[in-house]
This record gives sequence, structure tokens and C-alpha cells, in this order.
Amino acid sequence: METLFFYILGTVALAAAIGVLAFRRVFYSAVALIICLTAVAGLYLLLNAPFMAAVQIIVYAGAIMVLFLFVIMLLDPFSGAIHPDKLRGLRVIGPLLGILGLIAIFPALRAYDLGMAPRSPQALTGDTSSVELLAETLFNHYLLPFEVTSVLILVAIIGVVVLAKREKQDGHGH
Amino acid sequence: MDINHYLILSALLFTIGTVGVILKRNVISVLLCIEIMLNAANLSFMAFSRYLGQVHGQVMVFFVMVVAAAEAAVGLAIAIVLYRNRGTLSVDDADTMKW
Amino acid sequence: MTDFLWLIPLLPLAGSAINGLIGRRLPKPVISLVACGSAGLSFLLAALTFFGLNSLPAAERHIVETYFTWIASGDFIAEAQFLLDPLSAVMLLVVTGVGFVIHIYSIGYMHAEDGYYRFFAYLNLFLFSMLILVLAGNFLLMFVGWEGVGLCSYLLIGYYFERRSAGDAGKKAFIVNRIGDVGFVLGVLLIFLTFGNIEFTRVFHDIAADTQRFPVEAGAGILTAIALLLFIGATGKSAQIPLYVWLPDAMEGPTPVSALIHAATMVTAGVYMVVRCSPIFSRAPIAMEVVAVVGVITALFAATIGLAQTDIKRLLAYSTVSQLGYMFVAAGVGAFSAGIFHLMTHAFFKALLFLGAGSVIHAMSGEQDLLRMGGLRRHTPITYRTMFIAALAISGIPPFAGFFSKDEILWSAWSRGHSIIWILGLLTAGLTAFYMFRLIFLTFHGHERFPEETRHHLHESPPSMTLPLVILAILSVVGGLVGLPPWLHLGANQFEHYLEPSLELALLPQHGAVSHSVEFTFAVISVVVALIGIALARWIYLKRPGLSDTIAARMGRLYRLVFRKYLVDEAYDFLFVNPTVKASTGVLWRTVDIAVIDGAVNGTGHSIRTAAGILRHMQSGLIRSYAAWILAGLLIMLLYLTFMRA
Repeated sequence: METLFFYILGTVALAAAIGVLAFRRVFYSAVALIICLTAVAGLYLLLNAPFMAAVQIIVYAGAIMVLFLFVIMLLDPFSGAIHPDKLRGLRVIGPLLGILGLIAIFPALRAYDLGMAPRSPQALTGDTSSVELLAETLFNHYLLPFEVTSVLILVAIIGVVVLAKREKQDGHGH
Repeated sequence: MDINHYLILSALLFTIGTVGVILKRNVISVLLCIEIMLNAANLSFMAFSRYLGQVHGQVMVFFVMVVAAAEAAVGLAIAIVLYRNRGTLSVDDADTMKW
Repeated sequence: MTDFLWLIPLLPLAGSAINGLIGRRLPKPVISLVACGSAGLSFLLAALTFFGLNSLPAAERHIVETYFTWIASGDFIAEAQFLLDPLSAVMLLVVTGVGFVIHIYSIGYMHAEDGYYRFFAYLNLFLFSMLILVLAGNFLLMFVGWEGVGLCSYLLIGYYFERRSAGDAGKKAFIVNRIGDVGFVLGVLLIFLTFGNIEFTRVFHDIAADTQRFPVEAGAGILTAIALLLFIGATGKSAQIPLYVWLPDAMEGPTPVSALIHAATMVTAGVYMVVRCSPIFSRAPIAMEVVAVVGVITALFAATIGLAQTDIKRLLAYSTVSQLGYMFVAAGVGAFSAGIFHLMTHAFFKALLFLGAGSVIHAMSGEQDLLRMGGLRRHTPITYRTMFIAALAISGIPPFAGFFSKDEILWSAWSRGHSIIWILGLLTAGLTAFYMFRLIFLTFHGHERFPEETRHHLHESPPSMTLPLVILAILSVVGGLVGLPPWLHLGANQFEHYLEPSLELALLPQHGAVSHSVEFTFAVISVVVALIGIALARWIYLKRPGLSDTIAARMGRLYRLVFRKYLVDEAYDFLFVNPTVKASTGVLWRTVDIAVIDGAVNGTGHSIRTAAGILRHMQSGLIRSYAAWILAGLLIMLLYLTFMRA
């Protein structure tokens, strides 16, 4: 069962990702990405992490993508292929590089022997889905990074506001 | 069902994202592809978290999401400024940092 | 007494440094004081040293003062050491004494020059170098002085550097000297190879001690080779054939320079060096022969050129070349002390002649052509009288200094079997008297052949210039008395006796028990020849003024050849100078410098620029391209790590 769901969700995610690439109009790409993110959330569920799945939907698909959509709407949402391509060679080189990359890391993927990795007694049966466990780890072991990320967000907010501010016109333009 | 399935999927998603960064010419599309890459990495972390029985992978995903949010926000702000100054969202048109 | 030996050269060096570095801002009286003061103090110390040396018994008059080890490299050691013995003491007195007098003279002569401080700085530097040369205790230190005087000669010849001819003359002097120096250096190297060290005392001792290895050489041996090489250096420095050509041109320099450097001191360095190396030369008969022959031929040759010269300074220059030839004749026949004696007397009267010529030029507002002078004795009496005395001295008229020294040389030549040299020397003496008095008569006697305007400025020189003339004149009169010949029955030759410890004389055929009356006869012959020369000059230039022109016209071709100095300069130009210049320009400059070196350097720059021009297109500003490159680089590393490393 699990395998089936994995293949279904996996296919959806891949198809959506390819869709992000394939669509000419950026709005369609964004929507394709939302689908991809949702599929990934489903995969998280499969991986026994419902909390993270929920966070994925809420934060990623819900907040970040909405932000994307806002900006897309603000700036020319339905424009087609813009301006002539100055680097047409990349149409070949890009995919080529991608394939090479896959080839490069493929041996690492197939032969991974979990037996070598350190594991806790709850392996494969462990309850990593527990939110309490997550919270405990987060606020005990990772407290400092947690606080730092809040500073990071603050900085990001300030940066964004400064960047996107409109220039004042001469006099009191409107 | 072992971890390799998830890892292969993650690798494929990552590759798609990378190729997208190189191929797409709209700034915002590039940002979208970056999000794909980040998600692929998150998937990897989650898989390891499950198959090693630890929760540290999920914590990592947590932080990645935070950073991704901040990065997406700033990136979009830059895209807005770019559009405002040049009237176009084409990556190829922002080429003044050259010889 | 030798405690202050090192001060003798160092005082002029200090004077030179002061005048050279800050002289531009000093007032002229201060410059003069520094320069002449240091020269004068040096002379004082030299005199004290001389008397101090004489207070020692004759056998002990050989002091080596070592100050520090200059070079110690493997087997080669060169100390900074001075050698004080009768020979160097005499040279010290001559150099500092005449030097000091000429410094005084220069105050008046150069007073109107802008580069006043520069002149005195160079002059002091010259004194320093010459004193180093004279006092040196080993060959290398002597060479330092040797080169130093060459440098100062160059600097002072080219003093009027704004004149192209002055610069050229300076270069010529330096380069021709350099050619001689090659011989000198090779000689020193050979000495080191043979003896393992280059100290005078040790080398000469080794020669004397090891009669097996260093016999009197019948043919060509190592000592002959050394002697000939050293002599090449001497021909350069002392202007003998074939390297004399720089001396006439050196007259471009100020007259005091001509007097000091090119008459009294620097040009005598070659003679000094040969005499200093008497232990070497006296064991190399072939080399001695060469020295004597070159000397006498040069003496005669230069004297003939002097017959036709019209520039007062050039005439004196050729006269110097001629008299230096005499000194080499003396050395070559083994009469080393006679050579030094003539060196000393020559310093007196030649310096006097040059300074007098300077006085004349000064009075004539810069005119140097004999044919445009005349009748000056009424206007410049002191100059006239002192120059007359000098002319008598150089002509060898007793009791003036030149007679004793020149006569001793001629007698030594004859008594040691070199009769041909004697004849040629005698002929030269006659010519010397002739051209000298030709100069005197044309300049000071007869009709005045100069324009009205010059007459207005005609005046005797100031005391700062005439006083040195008088001093030198007195020395020209009495200077010969230190070397009285035995036939006067006034005691032995004191000068020769004094110098004996410095020289290696035992091996040479001594002038045997020839009677004094023979020597007296020869002396009379010399005087008669000189008087004939003077009379001839008087007749041609005073009594029958047009006669010289008639003779010149009659001997047309020959006259022109002599007038143009036998075209030696032109020959050298053709044989050596022009090919060298052509090779430098064509090969070294055009090919090596411009094409190869510049080509490589510029080519490197050009190729880098081209390569950069191609490479910079990578920085296109397109970030997609950058992203692709980053990815490609990353992949290469990954592929390598995955597949190449197992």
C-alpha cells in the first residue's frame, strides 16, 4: 500500500515539477508548484510525519506560494516567452548538466547501506511522528538556531520593506 | 520500501529544479525552481529522519522552511525592484555587470 | 709618524664630500677654504710623514700599515693597506705639493664659474684617488686608485658638459683608459695566480727569495708576461703609443685640470706603477726593452707633432706625451730613479707651463691659438718670466731642473748600451727645445697679432694665479739640485740614493766604472743640442717671421700630415670606433634590444591582452551562464570524487 501511494505521489510531484519548467506563463508555473508542494506534503505523511506535512501545506503552499502569486499578479502575470533567448546553447547544455549530475550522485543513491548509519531503537518502528518529540528537540537542542531564525526573519522583513518602497516623486507627487 | 526510493525521488526533483534555474528566463520562474530544489532537499531530510528513527531531520526541515520563506520574500522584493527599474522581468536583460 | 698616514688621502675625500654634497649652498670663499684647506693639510701631513720616514735608518724605511681586511674570499685576501717607503714618500710630496699649488691657482682661474663647488669637489676627489694609488700596499688597492683617477679625469674633462666636444673628450679618455686597464687587470690576475697573493711586499719578497722559480728571464716567461700586461695598462694611463690619443682631447677640460691631472700627477701613474714593480721588470729584459722602445718612439713621435701645433694647450699636451716617453725610457733601461726624478721635475715645469698657459688664455679672454697671440711679454710680465723659466727647464738647460733629470736619462741609456735610444732621445730633446721656444716666441715676443678688443681686456692675472706660477718657477730652478750627477763632484746623486731601497737594481747591468769625464761630455752634447733647438726657433719665429710659412708651404704634404697628427685619430675611428658603433647600433640595438628584448616584453603584454580579450567574453553579465558554469564545475568535482577515487 505504502509503495503504491509513494509511486502515485512521486509521479504527481515529478510531473508538477516538470510542469513548473514547461509552462511558458509564470502564473501556470506557480500553480504547478503548488501542486508539487502538496504532493510532497503527502509524501511527508507517508513518512510518518503529519505535523511536518501540515506545516508544509500551511507555510509553503499556503504562505510562500501565496506571496509568489501576489507578486506575479502585480507584475505582468500572463506574459509569454519574453525577449529573445541570448543563450540558446543552454537549452542543450542545461539538461545535459542535469543528467550528468544524476549520474554523478547515482552510486550514492543506490548503494546506500542503512546498516552503517547510527540509529536509535525506534528505527522503522519508532515514533518519529510525535510532535512532542519534535518540540522537545527543537527547543532544547536547537534553541539558539531557533532564536537566530527569528532574527533572520526580522532582517528579511526590513530588507523587503526597504527594497520595495516606492521612490518619492518631486514635490508631493501622488 | 526502503530509503533509496525516497532518495532517488529527491535527486530527480533536485535535478529538475537545477535545470529549471538554468533554463528559465523569467526571474520569478527562477525563484520557483529554487523552491523545487529546496523541497527536494527537505524530502531527503524527512526520509532520513524516518529511516534513522531520529527527529533531527525534521528539525532541519523546519529551519529550511523558515529560511526559504525569508529568501523567497527578499527575492521577490528584488524582482519587484528589477521590474520597476527596467520594465522587464527577463534575467537576460539584467546583464550590466559585465566587461 | 704613520699614525696619520690614513688622513693624507682622507682629508681631500672629506673636502670632496663636503663640497660635493652641500657646496651648492656654500659661498665661494667657504668652498675654496674647504678644498684648498684639505689639500694643504694633506700636503703638510705628507711633509711630516716624509721627514718622519727619513728619521729612520735607510734599511728600515719600509712600513706597511694595514687598516682592515677588505676582501677575504676563499684563497684571495685583499687588505686595505698602505705602503710607505721612499718611493711613495716622494710621490706623496709631489702629488700633494703640486696639487695644493694648483688648488690655489684654481681659486682665481675658476672664480667666474657656476659650477665652482663641483670643480673643487671633483678636484679633491681626484687627489684622494691619486693618493690611494700612490700609497696602496697591494695591486688591488692601487687599481682602486687607478680607476678613481680615471673617473675623476672623465668628470673633469667633461666639466664644461654643455659642450659636446667636452663630453666626447671625457668619454674618449675614459674608454681608451679602459682598454689599457684590461691589460692591467690581466696582469694582476696573473700575479695572483703565480704568487697566491697581491701584496707588494710579499710578492717582491717571493720573487727575490726564489731565484729558482724567478730567474732573470732570457726569453718569454711568466714575469715577462706580467710585466707586459701591466705595461699595457701604463700605456693607457700614461698616454704612450698606442693609447695616447685621449690626452690631446683632454685639453677640453679647464686648464688647472690639464695641469694637475694631465701633466703632473695622473699621467705619471703608469710610470709610478712600472717603477714600483721594478723587481718584476728587472727580471724581464724583453719587457724592459719594449718599455724603452715604446717610450722613445712615443717621445719622438709626439715631439714632431708638437712642431706644427697651433693650440697652446694641445701643444703642451703632446709635450707631456713626449716627456712621459722619456720617463718610460728611463724605466726601460733600468734607471728607475732617473725616471722618478724626471717625473718630479716634469711635474714642476709642466704644471707651470699649463698654469702659465691658463694665465695667458685668461688674459686673452679665451684665445688659445698661438697664431693670434704675440708680444704679450709687455702685458703679462710675471706669466712671461715664469713660463720662460719653465721652457728653459724643459729644454734641459742647466742649472734648471729639467737638465739634471733629462740628462741622467740620456746618460743611462747610453751607458747601458742603448745607443740608438740615446740618439733618438737626443733628437727629441732638440725638438723639445725647438717647439717650446716656438711657443714662447710666438706668444710673448714679436708683433701683436690679436684684435683691438682683446687688447682692452689684456691684463696680468691676479695674485692667486701668479703666486703658484712663481712657486713652481722656483721649484723648476732648484728642483734639480736633489739629483746632482756625480761628475759635478758635489757628492753622490742624493735622489737616486734615497730611492734605492724601493727599487730592485741589483740585477741590472750597472753603469760600470766609466769615467766622469765621458759623462760630462755627454751632458755638454745634450746642452748644445738644446741650444741649437732654441736658436733655430729664434731664427725662424723671431728673426724671419715669414720663414715658417714658407717651410710649411714647401713641405706641403708632410706638413699637413704632421699638422693633422698623422691622422692617427682618423685611423682609429676607421678601424675600431666606426665598426663598433655600427655593430652596436645594428646588432645590439636594433636586433637584440628592440626586436628580441622589447619584442619579448611587449609581445608578452600583447599576448596577455589578446588572451584577456578573448576570455573576458565569459563575463557576459548573464547569470544563467554563470549558473551553468558553477554547475559544470561542481559536476566535474563530483564526477571525479565518485568515479576516480576508489
